[in-house]
Amino acid sequence: MFDFTSRPGTSAQVQLTPDGRLRHFIDIDGLSQALLEEILDIADSFLGVQQGEVKKVPLLRGKTVANLFFENSTRTRATFELAAKRLSADVLNLDIQTSSTAKGETLLDTLQNLEAMQANAFVVRHSDSGAAHFIASQVTPRVAIINAGDGRHAHPTQAMLDMLTIRRHKGEFAPLKVAIIGDILHSRVARSQILALNILGAAEVRVIAPRTLLPVNVEALGCRVFTQLQEGLEDVDVVIALRLQKERMDGALLPTESEFYRYYGLTQESLAWAHPEAIVMHPGPINRGVEIESAVADGPRSVILDQVTNGIAIRMAVLSMAVSGQTRQRMQASA
Amino acid sequence: MTLPDIPPLLDRMQSEIESCIDNFGLTRERLALVGIHTGGVWIAEKLHQRIALTTPLGTLDIGFWRDDFNRQGLPEGIRASHLPFDIENRDLILVDDVVMSGRTVRAALNELFDYGRPSRVLLASLISLPGRELPIQADICGAALELPAGQRVKLSGPEPLTLSLDTARR
Repeated sequence: MFDFTSRPGTSAQVQLTPDGRLRHFIDIDGLSQALLEEILDIADSFLGVQQGEVKKVPLLRGKTVANLFFENSTRTRATFELAAKRLSADVLNLDIQTSSTAKGETLLDTLQNLEAMQANAFVVRHSDSGAAHFIASQVTPRVAIINAGDGRHAHPTQAMLDMLTIRRHKGEFAPLKVAIIGDILHSRVARSQILALNILGAAEVRVIAPRTLLPVNVEALGCRVFTQLQEGLEDVDVVIALRLQKERMDGALLPTESEFYRYYGLTQESLAWAHPEAIVMHPGPINRGVEIESAVADGPRSVILDQVTNGIAIRMAVLSMAVSGQTRQRMQASA
Repeated sequence: MTLPDIPPLLDRMQSEIESCIDNFGLTRERLALVGIHTGGVWIAEKLHQRIALTTPLGTLDIGFWRDDFNRQGLPEGIRASHLPFDIENRDLILVDDVVMSGRTVRAALNELFDYGRPSRVLLASLISLPGRELPIQADICGAALELPAGQRVKLSGPEPLTLSLDTARR
């Protein structure tokens, strides 16, 4: 198990180069509005690339991106792999659970071996909060760390792909009311979304959940808390339904899934409480009939598949910016 | 050093484009202008109005196709390229404000060919400077200039378009 208690500095300090560029991408916390908007702008440009016949750019040609997934996630790993390949990088997919560390090799040994293979970026998914931060503090300065989800802490690329989806459908963040429904307690996605929406200046961020699925003092993140679905959805412009993480419930926090659906499920009926032009989002994979009705997930207001497309563009942006930040860092060091 | 005014350079470029259309037997309906961000787009917009093409103007941002990522990192302010027409078998005039090393044009050609295979690409440049690092020359050129050492030409715009001297960054 890692020791996360001796973290050097805040995430923001670790993530940025001395001139304020992205060096690692670990957490939304502490990043500026300008930097988040730069990520969105670059991702927008990559969306343009993906509309062409050839969906690749040569930006990371000759670079190597290693996907280090200590926790399973087919979709996130696939989009990171596709993003790296569309940047022309070589990609190593390592399922760490079934490889070196399971044979007794320490994490640091694994990292050192990957560094010796001249990897330029590690995409890290881990069930422990702070894992990406810890790895960033251990690797050589020429490796960029991208957090692909750590414990209950952060999932910053998911949050940014959601921000890109919102911006493309709604334009400015300033007038928007955004509601996040469901398992806030276990959701690293919700935490990153709330931070990003506040930094980007959304008018109001709401969380809607039963008290058993709300973290203590969640308001401190910058959101209004609702335990009644109707009140929470009143006049919102964006509705984000979270996946009910059944594997993390341990049977203790909810009576039944059907009861959750009855009180918090996003259905055509409950969606009518939101603004008539509200869009519906979901980070996937969807539990149909648990947190969202199929007719809503597949309906005209759903932008769930746009989120998937935007996810590749965001990951292309973050990978290229972080590797670029490492490049600038090396240039400054050698100057 | 006195830099030339823009309108006479555009007059010359327009005249050379008309000559190219005649000399190469280009079909106006199949001809398209593609400007390279940022200055090249400004020049391409002016030329597009002057020669009254029906094909909409295309724009390229070559930021993702540059060859100096390993040294410079990601350039700032990259925009999406926009080619609102099928470039397959089309005659194109690629427009930039200044051609010097030729590396921007190299990147633009690589990007263009990711969208399809044009039948012909001509290069138009407002200003041509010495210092070519690649075998690339403008087919259509407003003016070829020699500059004092350490100086570069900078185009400001879009309204008005003006040329000024700038100190070259090393």
